[in-house]
Amino acid sequence: MKITVKGLRASFGDHEVVKGIDLAVPSRQITAIIGPSGCGKSTFLRCLNRMHELVPGASRAGQVLLDDTDVYADDVDPVLVRRWVGMVFQKPNPFPSMSIKDNVVAGLRLTHRYDRKDAPGVIERALRQAALWDEVKDKLNDPGTSLSGGQQQRLCIARALAVNPDVILLDEPCSALDPIATARIEELLLEIRRDYTMVIVTHNMGQAQRVAEHTAFFLQGELVEFDTTAALFGNPRDPRTADYIAGRFG
Amino acid sequence: MTAPAVGRTALHTPTRGRAARWYERLIELGLAGCGMTSILVTIGIVVILAHESKDFFAQVSLGEFLGSTKWTPIIGDHRSYGVWPLLSATLTTAAIALAVAIPLGLLAAIYLSEYAAPRTRKIIKPALELLAGVPTIVFGYFAITTLTPALRDYIPGLAGGNLLSAGLMMGIMIVPLVASLSEDAIYAVPQSLREAAAGLGGGPFEAIRKVIVPSAWSGIAAAITLAASRAIGETMIVAIAAGNEARFGFDPRQPGQTATAYIVDISKGETPHGSVAYQTIFAVAAMLFVMTLIMNVISHRLSRRLRAAARA
Amino acid sequence: MRRPIDLTSARPGVFAEKAFVWLCRLGAAIPLTMLAWLLYRVAAAGVHRLSWSFLTDPPSQLDASTAGLGPALLGTLWLIVLTATIALPIGIGAAIYLEEYSRRSKLAGVLELAIANLAGVPSIVYGMLGLGLFVHALAMGETVIAGALTLALLILPIIITSAREALRTVKDGLREAALGLGATRWQCTRQVVLPMALPGILTGAILAIARAIGETAPLVVVGAVAFILYGPDGVDAKYTALPMQIFQWTSNPKRAFLDNAAAGILVLMATLLVINGVAIWLRNRYQSRRS
Repeated sequence: MKITVKGLRASFGDHEVVKGIDLAVPSRQITAIIGPSGCGKSTFLRCLNRMHELVPGASRAGQVLLDDTDVYADDVDPVLVRRWVGMVFQKPNPFPSMSIKDNVVAGLRLTHRYDRKDAPGVIERALRQAALWDEVKDKLNDPGTSLSGGQQQRLCIARALAVNPDVILLDEPCSALDPIATARIEELLLEIRRDYTMVIVTHNMGQAQRVAEHTAFFLQGELVEFDTTAALFGNPRDPRTADYIAGRFG
Repeated sequence: MTAPAVGRTALHTPTRGRAARWYERLIELGLAGCGMTSILVTIGIVVILAHESKDFFAQVSLGEFLGSTKWTPIIGDHRSYGVWPLLSATLTTAAIALAVAIPLGLLAAIYLSEYAAPRTRKIIKPALELLAGVPTIVFGYFAITTLTPALRDYIPGLAGGNLLSAGLMMGIMIVPLVASLSEDAIYAVPQSLREAAAGLGGGPFEAIRKVIVPSAWSGIAAAITLAASRAIGETMIVAIAAGNEARFGFDPRQPGQTATAYIVDISKGETPHGSVAYQTIFAVAAMLFVMTLIMNVISHRLSRRLRAAARA
Repeated sequence: MRRPIDLTSARPGVFAEKAFVWLCRLGAAIPLTMLAWLLYRVAAAGVHRLSWSFLTDPPSQLDASTAGLGPALLGTLWLIVLTATIALPIGIGAAIYLEEYSRRSKLAGVLELAIANLAGVPSIVYGMLGLGLFVHALAMGETVIAGALTLALLILPIIITSAREALRTVKDGLREAALGLGATRWQCTRQVVLPMALPGILTGAILAIARAIGETAPLVVVGAVAFILYGPDGVDAKYTALPMQIFQWTSNPKRAFLDNAAAGILVLMATLLVINGVAIWLRNRYQSRRS
């Protein structure tokens, strides 16, 4: 297990959105989290790399173990957690002040690991992994924001890969993209699934079925069911899961 | 009181309807007239400055005005009209002011937007606004009675009226302007970029240096340009504390006379309308106007670029 | 390959970060310390001169201890009333035109550019406009009305900008509702939009007037006199004003006159504080009622 979550609760002010979740995320696989909007799946994801606490008024209880280390232990530096557990967001957010290649190495620059000599290799490797290299290799100095939405999102994935994390969290990474761009992202996730542990939040059940080995179904801040993707979709044990995947609510 | 029903009755009673329509037209014209005032004032400034300095440049060549470093427009046998003494003092005080206001203002802006707790922010922001509301004459008084004597203890050879105190005081005066405009620019940086930086494992300091400030740069540059324009146009501090001696030089310990201080100096005395001295202040004001106008236009462009970037 | 996960070691840049936060604090603290020092010095030097007679007596060029602010305060009062009377209707009218009548038209674009430019023109240049236009071309001479007109033009961009912001806070739905009931544009503005935006407009107007009260440079240029024994008795009278009087005392080398300047500054700052307080009170009252 790469990540073990124990009794995780998270709130905004008085409003509790994650209500005690236990979950074990297997190493070097893709785990999907599905559920209707407002079920707490994004907040749950943001608790895994301590992004949740950046929101004013946010609070949390419970444990998140990365390998065997509790990321919420007193002596843990939350900034270091995010170096091991990277994140890709719903809306592509390349840095507008940087070129394509600077975007790729932005994480290295931000973490004082940038090396001028290594940079070209790092840039090419990350862009190839993100299946973007062929499209941008001739315009690496163009601004990152000049790319199309799907390309921008792959650039953001390349940026996350370049810092060499153990885990990558993906928060509905395709919800702002068209079906073709979505398909390309799914392909690339399958491509890199053996090298990284990935957790993907999605409202698209087809996407979960296409990319994830395991799927968790969240409802109103609680974990209803967690199983292999095939079992969860093929043979749900909980009637609420069955209703949801049959499209009866949400 | 006309009831809102007038619009409806207009359908039935054409005479009243026509009167009402005329009334509406009249109001709109009146309001448009109010709006036009801003254009008229702009034109007025240009025409008045151009008209009065035209007579000046009929007597003094532009080459002498911009090329000579001697400014003796009202005293002595040989009058000389080189604007450089006024310009050197203006540039020196403005440079000192910016050297104070840019770092302090930017740091204060970063502190307020990225680090300060909400409660601290609630105290510091109004306090800076208070500083911004202090009339410049008050800063002038403080510079001449307190700042200069204090500085003279540390800086040997500092004149009683000097460019340094005036520039420093001006810098403090401009800090709130730089701080508030830069904070707006930093605030406009989308939250998603901060999250992206955090998600990559960047600490707050790295995010500020490598993502937030670069993303807000056009807005910060607009703030700095506007601050420069303010520093060049600022009058009372330099009129009181800079020494009022039109001498060419960039030594901040020495007295000097800025363009604005010269205008005040001449205006304080009896200057007959139409005399050369009267014309000089318009020529100097025209130069001042052009300098600040250029900077304001640049600042305006930059902040428009920021707004466009924030929308994207 | 499996890397051991380390979440506790000090990362590079932590010390720099701490130093930087302190630097940022300093950035806010230095100007505020200067403000506190300034207020302290002014109070220490001027408070002993404050008295009723200081507020009402005429100035004196010989004896600082009997000199007062009488004519200057009267002059400032005249300036405020005249400036407000001139600038408020024009400024608010212009704002209404821009927000309610000509949104996104070509003319509005030109007007906006002109207003943005005027807002950045140094105040002394307004003084030059007043000198050339009101004092000489229109032959008003160095009178209160010439001073007030100059200050009115100076604060016009501020009034327009703040009034536009206030008008913009009124929801478009209300305008559409009024127009849909058959109200004309002006009826809608007068009876629906203006009453809602009025507190905001007034707040901005008050702050603009406060700005005018503290202005010295344009008044020097348009010929507010430094020494006068009486307040103005009409719009065409000679006059002085509070900041002018302070300027004159500051320029006087005698220590006692500098103390008078400090006392004058106390009066000026107290006036501005009260005015700003009223504006803030108005804004808060308005905001709490809206929410």
